[in-house]
Amino acid sequence: MNLALRDIRHHLGRFLMTALGLGLLLGVVLSMIGIYRGLVADALALVRTPAAEVWVVETGTRGPFAEGSRIPGDTRESIARLTGVTETGSMTFQSLEASHRERKLRLQVVGWEPGRLGGPPAIAEGRGLARSRFEIVADIKTGLALGERIDLGGDTFTVVGTTRGAVSSGGDPVVWMALRDSQVLQFRLSPAPARREAARGPVAAGAPDTINAVVARVAPGASVEAVVEAARRWKHLAAMSQDEQETILTRSVVEKARQQIGLFTTVLLVVSTVIIALIIYTMTMDKIREIATLKLIGAPDGRIVGLIVQQALALGLIGFTVGASLITSVKDLFPRRVVMLPEDAASLGLVVVIVCLVASGLGVRLALRVDPATALGG
Amino acid sequence: MNADAPRPLVECRGLAKHYGEGEARVDALKAVDLDLWPGEVVGLLGPSGSGKTTLLNLIGCIVEPSAGTLHLDGETVWQGKWLRPDLRRLRLEKIGFIFQFHNLLPFLDVSENVALVLDMAGRPKAEALTRARELLDYLEVGHRRTAKPSSLSGGEAQRVAIARALANRPRIILADEPTAALDGERAGIVMDLLRKVAVEQSATVVVVTHDEKIWDRFDRIFALRDGRIVTQDTPRRRP
Repeated sequence: MNLALRDIRHHLGRFLMTALGLGLLLGVVLSMIGIYRGLVADALALVRTPAAEVWVVETGTRGPFAEGSRIPGDTRESIARLTGVTETGSMTFQSLEASHRERKLRLQVVGWEPGRLGGPPAIAEGRGLARSRFEIVADIKTGLALGERIDLGGDTFTVVGTTRGAVSSGGDPVVWMALRDSQVLQFRLSPAPARREAARGPVAAGAPDTINAVVARVAPGASVEAVVEAARRWKHLAAMSQDEQETILTRSVVEKARQQIGLFTTVLLVVSTVIIALIIYTMTMDKIREIATLKLIGAPDGRIVGLIVQQALALGLIGFTVGASLITSVKDLFPRRVVMLPEDAASLGLVVVIVCLVASGLGVRLALRVDPATALGG
Repeated sequence: MNADAPRPLVECRGLAKHYGEGEARVDALKAVDLDLWPGEVVGLLGPSGSGKTTLLNLIGCIVEPSAGTLHLDGETVWQGKWLRPDLRRLRLEKIGFIFQFHNLLPFLDVSENVALVLDMAGRPKAEALTRARELLDYLEVGHRRTAKPSSLSGGEAQRVAIARALANRPRIILADEPTAALDGERAGIVMDLLRKVAVEQSATVVVVTHDEKIWDRFDRIFALRDGRIVTQDTPRRRP
């Protein structure tokens, strides 16, 4: 005869309300883990898009995401000539805020040479760039529709394709445009400084041929490390592998956010533990007379401990299920990506079980100290 | 001693209980000698603080005596220390408790309240429920076996509590004010039931009571004052 189950059924409404409250709390814990995962996923989304193996940037920097990086546009050709390199691409990266349809739109603009490395991932709708200028492929999160026109840096661009899930480490949706357009957007001087520069001497018309990074792929069997080393030694550039670039992003760019969320999640878990302990303690306090009666009529300690621990576990697991279901159903409403991994949910489930066992210790301690003679009193 | 000679179910020799030490010492029970026999229904009377509930708790192995010896059903249970490590098992097997306020578990239905004792004793569920049904029918509350305790009347709840106390066929039944919440007629019915059990199961029934209307239902009455048995009366002859 399962006493825990029967007691739960007897106080079903109260028990479910308590589990719901706990579920909301555990939902917050789970959402924090999901936000953290989303932060890392967002941080890596852009760096993984070119599917590059080598990143070449300005010497002395860890660009283009962690630090600024400017290198000449012809760097791509010199990297392409390195032994083992099969594909290369010049890229620019720029965050900007545009006014569009009477609202502010934060964008991560990526410039690349169509036909080379660095373009958008799979096109969800529409097509890639077909013209050399004034076309863009925008992520669906920009809110821009196919065929829509948007003014960026004084030029008007037409959306010809859309992607899904392409965001910067800051969560801004990505827009791809031709390298020349992005160079103009990023490096073209406004009229007054341009006139001043022109007065100093002859300059190239428009924007300088400057880029932020060169990405490269190496031949199967070729050494990425050798290409990286060659770029560093002979080209006087900073170079890193894809893994190093990802490590920089996760360890440097999002490290503080990761620590912040990790600490907050820990605090929430501690709070959850205390709350579960108090709930179990209160539930045990409510049953002092029943526990005394059970002891008096001969119930072994195991039966009484089982009553409390099973209720604690039921509370925790129902709460966890409620929280997980809730967050899974609303995660797409968050402004930034919330990534729910099965292994994270399983880990939290295990933590909840451990927390329930620890938290029920207080109730068990109280129950084991109940004097059976208490049952005889009025 | 002749092995065939009848032995009391409860034997107390110099049984005492005190709380505290020195000037703070309170003697709740002082060297009580008591023999209770099979088939006997006895009453413990006395004003508050006279020691009757303490005596009940000592016989029920709920509190530890300070001195004396205690034998239950031929087994020495206390002699300077507990001689049985598993007192709850002892209570489960040999003692049935009936409380003033019934103390039925509110989350179990009537039948489960009774069957619980057998379940804890390791009996199969079907057997426990059958025995519960038999007892509830015997006590004329079988029609309420699926009801929750909160929906029972005082008399029904007390009969269910008696059924629970009898479920494991204990030979010692300890009742603390079992009729306090009942009217005269129902109190009489409860006492008749306890007598019937005492006779049919060869059990000893010990009742702590202030209830004058049931005094004539006891084979013997022990009046306690200041922790001592001061008088012993026999309103009824032992059968």
